[in-house]
This record gives sequence, structure tokens and C-alpha cells, in this order.
Amino acid sequence: MKTAELLASSSFRLSLVYMVLFAGSVLLLLGFIYWATVGFMARQTDATIEAEITGLAEQYREGGLGSLINILQDRIERDPDSSSVYLLASPSFKPLAGNIDSWPDAKTGSDGWLTFAFKDTRAGGRVFQARARPFVLTGGLHLLVGRDTRELSATQQLIIRALAWGMGLTLALALAGSIVMSRSMLKRIERINLASREIMAGDLQRRIDTMGTNDEFDQLAVNLNAMLDEIARLMAGIRHVTDNIAHDLRTPLTRLRTRLEQLYADLDEESPNVTRVEQSIADADQLLATFGALLRIARIEAGGVRANFETVDLAALAQDAAELYGVVAEEKRIELDVRLEAKPHVQGDRDLLFQAIINLLDNAIKYSPQSGRVLLQLAEHDSSPAITIADQGPGIPFAERDRVLERFYRLDRSRSEHGSGLGLSLVAAVARMHNAKLEFGDNHPGLIAELNFKRSEQAPHLALHCL
Amino acid sequence: MRLLLIEDDPEVANYINKGLSEGGHTVDTANDGKTGLLLATTEDYDVMIIDRMLPGLDGLTIVKSVRAANIPTPILILSALGEVDDRVQGLKAGADDYLIKPFAFSELDARLEVLQRRVTSALSVETRLKVGDLELDQLSRSASRAGKPIELQPREYRLLEYLMRHAGQVVTRTMLLEHVWDYHFDPQTNVIDVHISRLRSKIDKGYDKPLLRTVRGAGYMINENS
Repeated sequence: MKTAELLASSSFRLSLVYMVLFAGSVLLLLGFIYWATVGFMARQTDATIEAEITGLAEQYREGGLGSLINILQDRIERDPDSSSVYLLASPSFKPLAGNIDSWPDAKTGSDGWLTFAFKDTRAGGRVFQARARPFVLTGGLHLLVGRDTRELSATQQLIIRALAWGMGLTLALALAGSIVMSRSMLKRIERINLASREIMAGDLQRRIDTMGTNDEFDQLAVNLNAMLDEIARLMAGIRHVTDNIAHDLRTPLTRLRTRLEQLYADLDEESPNVTRVEQSIADADQLLATFGALLRIARIEAGGVRANFETVDLAALAQDAAELYGVVAEEKRIELDVRLEAKPHVQGDRDLLFQAIINLLDNAIKYSPQSGRVLLQLAEHDSSPAITIADQGPGIPFAERDRVLERFYRLDRSRSEHGSGLGLSLVAAVARMHNAKLEFGDNHPGLIAELNFKRSEQAPHLALHCL
Repeated sequence: MRLLLIEDDPEVANYINKGLSEGGHTVDTANDGKTGLLLATTEDYDVMIIDRMLPGLDGLTIVKSVRAANIPTPILILSALGEVDDRVQGLKAGADDYLIKPFAFSELDARLEVLQRRVTSALSVETRLKVGDLELDQLSRSASRAGKPIELQPREYRLLEYLMRHAGQVVTRTMLLEHVWDYHFDPQTNVIDVHISRLRSKIDKGYDKPLLRTVRGAGYMINENS
């Protein structure tokens, strides 16, 4: 499976959306965990400092400055790794006692706390971050009590790192999961697509496999299969009806023709009825030909005649058609210009392809003016063969180019011409059957009809190379 | 000719029977597959005409059984289905020719003549065909009339060869399309007539006795005493 195909699939996009939602909720959860751990620790420390300040202020009130300094010194002694910060300063911020040299330069935050760096002389002059709360004692003395935030920020970082890893892992797993999920979904959809393409290509008996799990894909396959069965049933019905019509109408017509034939044979050659009977036979033949063509189109469209597909040499076909119709062109002094620029082979029904070329060629010669020129060209563009037939006749108006493919549709000016109005319908049906496209263009003046074959995947010329 | 007709539709059977009897042939008719197969394997016929769809035993099965019994009698299949795949199936089963219902009686008649003649002429492989003073040398692929060579295009040669091979028999336009052009299709115009008239101008023009003539309502025939 191609990556682009995977990325464009709706199941993948759906899993991406899901992934984003999932990531959002994980983020929320992790945020809560962070708040509950690191936040709790910070609040705990703050509360301890507040309690300590209250205690020290009490000492000062009861024992005076000397008692406060003693207590501070005592506490500093008992805290050798100096995780606590104490400073007592005069009203002009001159240090009186404590374990930092000067009143910190930092400004007091809106919450009444200070965050600053300090150099710890006892710990070898290392610089630490501290968070402290200043307090003004009675008499204008300033007291600062704080805690070194080393431990806290280490914990904080540990937790953030753990959370980041957790987040990354979650996202990676979700992405991998969505790729695997979409891939397996795509695989099943691809199977349905493959089967549909094969059915469209004419394998009408083909059905979509089910996995037997009765999940939604199985249900889809079952429904599609039921639909295909119904279409097959209707098609068989139509075929049955057309076969019957053809049989029922063509049989009496043929008897009529035979009787006319016998009548014709019995006629005296001088009889004035000779022409009338001749014309009647011609009319009967025309009717029979029309029914024949209708039946043929119906059968081709039903897709049942693909069984006769073989490797067909288009150049030989075009050559034969040109040879067959060359004499007709000559009678009208039309120059038939045959250009076989390639020798492509296609998989197809030889007789029907020949019929299609004949129908186009017949139209071209029929509608060409006397002494005109008709081009029959076989070329290959990007290894897809194309048969082009161009004349210098009146052409087909752009607006009617689709309509002329309908059964019995005839341009007003061609109504007087001999023909059934089925010729191009048959060509279109043959083209569809061969995965080819029938396109009309303007020859200024005249019509360009082009049969464009799409090179099938199992190109016959490739098969030949393998031999 | 002694003919066997296996056809379940009484009207079609009657129509064929009547036409063939008028033409001087003897026809045995079977209305179902089983009777037909019995007759086909026990009696001796020149040509068998077998309908493709029959009650009981279908036409293709009969053809296969007849061939399995080593009976070489030419078989013509009649079919109302009338599309190419059916024809291919019929010929694969061992039939010699295939005719789509409905058909002009002249078409059936012409084909039966050719089928019957195929058996008799298969023994002698001729390299020279001769109709009156018109000669065709199949080795050098050349033609001449009264000793004078006639220039022929390859397709004209095949056309003349087919006509001369069936000299004295009516050859229909469909038969020509099938055997000379080797395509089964519906010609939109009287294109065969144009080819015939060209050939005619080459072999008959300037000679007192025309050899190639049109059989009204049926086809063409090349014949010495026309």
C-alpha cells in the first residue's frame, strides 16, 4: 500500500482526529498530576516558611532582638547543608544576622514572595536559587525566611521529564495504532474495490469475499453482492426479452422475405412488378438488419460476449477494412488515405472491432462529398492505440455529439440517407466493451471520429515479450 | 440429397421441409433431441441440420455425440441466439457451419450444397480450377481466360477462387464475407456487390459468354453454361 494512499484515507484522518483528542485528554490528566505533586510540595514548603516566620516573630516579641538572633544562629547551626535561608536586617536593610551576606536584590512578587540567587559561603560559595518571604518586625527590622529550591526544582524537572516522556510515548503509540488500524481497514476496502473493478471490467460472475465476521465490512460486501445478483438477474431478464423479441419478430420477417424471394424467382423478367418486389426484398433486408443490429448492441452491452476476446492485430484489421471499403470510396472518387503508423495489438473481439471500424468508415465515405478525402489512421500515443477516421463531410454539431450515440438517433439532414441510426450506437457499445473511448472532433470541415484504446494492465505486447 | 432435420419448432421445421422437398431433397424430420440423435447415429445422411436449442437433448450435445461416434456427416447448426460466441461454441463442438435463425431459405440452400460438396471434393485436391475457358492456378496463384492472363489483387484472387471452388453453386453474400474476408459482420452497404462487379469486369468484360452471374435474391454463381 502506498504511503500517500494511506495518508489520504479517511480512516487514517479519523484516527488522527482521535489521536488529537486523546492527546488533549492525556495532557489534561498529566497537568493534574503535576499540580497534585509539584504544586503540593511547593505549597507545603510555603506553609512551613509562613509558620516559621510566625514563630520567629513571636520569639522576637517575647525575647527581644538577642533571643531572635540566638534562635536564628541555632537554626543555621542545625542546618549544615543550608537548605534554609535566614536573614535579619536593620530598617536600612543592613544585615544583622543570618546565613546570607546581604539583603537580596530581587523585588518582592505580588504574592509577597521573593525568588533570588544566593551564594552560600559555607557550601563552598555555590550559588543556589531560593524562595523566601520577607517580614517586617516591630521596630522596622526586616526578617527574611526562605528555602533553597534545589530539591523542589529537581523534583519538578523529574516529574516534567516523566510527563513529557509519557506524552511522547502516548502520541507515538496512538500514531502507530492509527496506521495499523487504517491499513487493515484500507486492505479490506481495497479488496472490495478490486472486486468492483473486476466486475466493471466484465467479470460479472465475480463477487466480493466476506470474512465471516459479520462486521460492517462483511455487511457491506453482502449488500453489494445482493445488489450485483439483482443486477445480473435483471440483465438476464432483459437479454431474455430481447432474444424473444428478436426471434418473434425476425421469424415472420424472414418468412416474408422468403415468400418475396420465391415470388421474385417466379416473376417474368419483363413484368412491371420486378422492381416492386425487389424494393420489398430490400426493405425486408433493411428491417432484418436493424433487428440484427439492435440485438447485437443489446448483447454487447450485456457484456456476455467477452468470451471471444483474443489478441487482435489492429493494423491488419484497419488494412482489411480499407481494402474492403476502398472500392466503395473509389466509386465516389474519394481518396482513402490509409496511414498505419503503429502495429498495436489489443485484447478484443476481432469481428466486433472490424464491425466498428467498418461502421465509422462507411459513415465517413457516405457523408463525404464526391472527390473528397477520407483518412484512416492507426497510431499509438503513450502506448495506447488509437484509430482515427476523418472525412470532409458536414460533420456532427458539437451539441449533438453525444446524442448520435443513442439508438435510432439521426441528424435531420441524414434522415434521407440509407441507414438504421444504429451504426454509431454499435460502435459506442463495442468501444465500451473494449475499454475504449469513442470521441468526435472537428476536421474543418468534416468529422474526426477516434477510437481510443486504453492500454490494459495485462498488455498483450508485454505478454509477447515474455515469450 | 438425403437430409436429417432436427428441429422442435413445427413452423420452422415445416418451412425448411417444404423448401428442401421442393428442391428435390429427401428430408427426415425429428422433433426432439432424443429421436434426432437416434436417427443421426443409425441412418445415413448427406447433411444434418440441427437446431441449437431442443427439448430433452440440446443441439450441441447431439453434435458432440455424433462426432464421438465417428460419423463424419457434415452438420449445420441452426440457432436463434445468433451471436458470435454461440457460433464459436457450435463449431468447437464439431459442427461444420452455423446459421442464425431466422434465415433466408436461399442462404440455407446454398450452404447445404456447399457442405455436401465439401465431402465429395475433399478427396481430390485440385491445384487447377477450371470453369469454361477461365482457369485458376492455385500453385502460382494466377488466373487466365482463354489463355490470356488476368491481373488480380490478392482479395480478388480469393474471391474468384471461392466462387470457382463452388462453381455451379449459389454463393451468398454472407458466405463470401465469412470465407473470403474472414469476418463475421454486417456490411453497412452493398460492398460485396461492388467487389463482385469489379471482378466481373476483369473476367467477363470483352468475352461473349459471361461466367459470373447474379442469382436474383440469393447471391452469385460462377457457371459455364449461364
